[in-house]
Amino acid sequence: MPKTTFRLALAALGIGAALAWSPAGAQQPITIGAFLSVTGPAAFLGDPEQKTLEMYVDEINKKGGVLGRPLKLVSYDDAGDAEKARTFAKRLIEQDKVDLILGGTTTGTTMAVVPLVESAGVPFVSMAGAVVIIEPVKKWVFKTPHTDRMACERIFSDMRERKITKIGMISGAGGFDKSMRQECLNVAKQYSIEIVADESYGAQDNDMTAQLAKIRNVAGVQAVVNPGFGQGPAIVTKNFRQLGMTMPLYQSHGVASKQFIELAGAAAEGVRLPAAALLVAEVLPDSDKQKPVVLGYKKAYEARFKSEVSTFGGHAYDALFIAVDAIKRAGGADKAKVRDAIEATKGYIGTGGVVNMSAKDHMGLDASAFRMLEVKNGSWSIVK
Amino acid sequence: MRRDTAVLLLLAVGIAVLPFALPNRYFYDVAILAGINAIVCVGLNLLIGYTGQISLGHAGFFGLGAYASAILTGYGCPAPAAMAAGAVIVGALAALVGRPILRLKGHYLAMATLGMGIIISIVITTEDRVTGGPDGMAVAPFGLLGWSVQGEEAWYWVIGASLVATVALALNLIASPVGRALRAIHGSETAAEVMGVDVARYKRMVFVLSAVLAALAGSLAAHYSGFVSPAKAGFMHSIELVTMVVFGGMASTLGAVVGAVLLTVLPQLLTVLKDYELLMFGALLMGTMILMPRGLLPTLETLWRRARI
Repeated sequence: MPKTTFRLALAALGIGAALAWSPAGAQQPITIGAFLSVTGPAAFLGDPEQKTLEMYVDEINKKGGVLGRPLKLVSYDDAGDAEKARTFAKRLIEQDKVDLILGGTTTGTTMAVVPLVESAGVPFVSMAGAVVIIEPVKKWVFKTPHTDRMACERIFSDMRERKITKIGMISGAGGFDKSMRQECLNVAKQYSIEIVADESYGAQDNDMTAQLAKIRNVAGVQAVVNPGFGQGPAIVTKNFRQLGMTMPLYQSHGVASKQFIELAGAAAEGVRLPAAALLVAEVLPDSDKQKPVVLGYKKAYEARFKSEVSTFGGHAYDALFIAVDAIKRAGGADKAKVRDAIEATKGYIGTGGVVNMSAKDHMGLDASAFRMLEVKNGSWSIVK
Repeated sequence: MRRDTAVLLLLAVGIAVLPFALPNRYFYDVAILAGINAIVCVGLNLLIGYTGQISLGHAGFFGLGAYASAILTGYGCPAPAAMAAGAVIVGALAALVGRPILRLKGHYLAMATLGMGIIISIVITTEDRVTGGPDGMAVAPFGLLGWSVQGEEAWYWVIGASLVATVALALNLIASPVGRALRAIHGSETAAEVMGVDVARYKRMVFVLSAVLAALAGSLAAHYSGFVSPAKAGFMHSIELVTMVVFGGMASTLGAVVGAVLLTVLPQLLTVLKDYELLMFGALLMGTMILMPRGLLPTLETLWRRARI
């Protein structure tokens, strides 16, 4: 028995030595740090992000790396806990000495890390949604997903075209729901839209008939918006039809997945929502600049992981490639130069849209990045 | 009594020499988090380990303390005053809630404290105008009259000193007549009552004390990390705290510290296992509880004593 233990120890030593040895021959790698919520309540966001990063770091390394240097991905799972995210970010900066950081699956984990990257001076590209991440602009912080404000703007501009001015709103209790509700309230005036009813429901509620009936009884409501995430919006949609309401119903980009149509069934017909091009990759017109990018990513992801692509993985794809592109232009992994190069990103075509960053805009997307979709015959179709 | 002094000295010396082994600020960060957890656990151990009353809601007190500091300093209140206010609010709440729920025993007490913790966490999550909602809020650094605690090194000494003070308090309390009364309650409430111990009063007192310690630790944690989120007030955090106490060793103040330190450091070490991290963590916990049901430190102490004979 001691002999086996000894052999095992020797073998472990051998493997350790081999691991330590191998990179010495090649060029010094560029280290990319990531902290993502791969487990926990935000796992459905973090898991595709993690998979996407791993897949494309592998692929880039197979093609010879960036500037002849291989990429090394160091990633930690923060389980959606802001405190853990902060500790892992400190670890990435102090212990792993990474050249840049990707991640922050949720707004909470991202905001907990912002003070750290700002004081340490490490380029940081977040994959979380809320506007607060980039407003006010923070020197080292960038983000790839659309904001909830843009979703509100896209919905309201569509309403304006349909001559809708008075609407009702029903929103959930989650972070996404509350943030988007607030943004919608903020920008409504610019589109001369009046929110005449503002109802909410709890995270575990399974019947929203009462709130919807209240909205229906408010005089002059021409449409209903539901800033929501998870199961809630599907229930709202069903209740909406059960009450025989015929006015237009708008959902948010938070439920832009096939699952929503499956849950809401026939009630989903006619529902409109803003969504990224990735969801409708196949039906995009060939003239669309984003079509090759989103179709390429979708096919690669679905072939490798045998599961449906999500916009969240797309955010990771964009973060990685904006970073890689910036490293190439900066001619190395120098932190200040990479930061400047990320800020100078122009005309990058990603899964989220066309990115044009500037000193004032650390996201670089405009409202055209959102496509207005309508559910027709149990599938998505592009409006107009 | 002499043993207590030795324990306290051991801890103080350990904290004093540890920085020589900490190569960078990340390690300081882990040490500070371990220290904060240890403060809560020493308090919780007085309740769970010595008095035999379970609480699955202490993260709620921790969160209240943290949010009191975050919100009050946000309105311009000086940090020490905010911290004191947080402690007073939590103390009052614990005294109020403790009166009815500490009449319960066993599973029922667990359920009641669990419910209380969840209510606190729901209030923090939903009152987003004050608390920033599910995304959390930023906290100003801990400061007074232009002087402030900043940087991991400074915080290490603040937390280290607080931990030593907390442990000194706990050791003294346990060695005092009050401590004897608490242990009597653990042994048998009826017997304690017959011997003239005011069971309800002592239970409430230790509940309030442990809640206030959790609130103070919460305030420190909020100022240190500069950010609070509702997860710190949530159910999972309560479970973590109880696990630390049970893992380290019930009715052992040093055991609570050891449990808190190990369970803070272990997940950081296990990240090398990637997908198997949680599996390994669970296996370690289960292994310890099956092989050492009294917790790590008391079992090791017994083994050590046996080896000497």
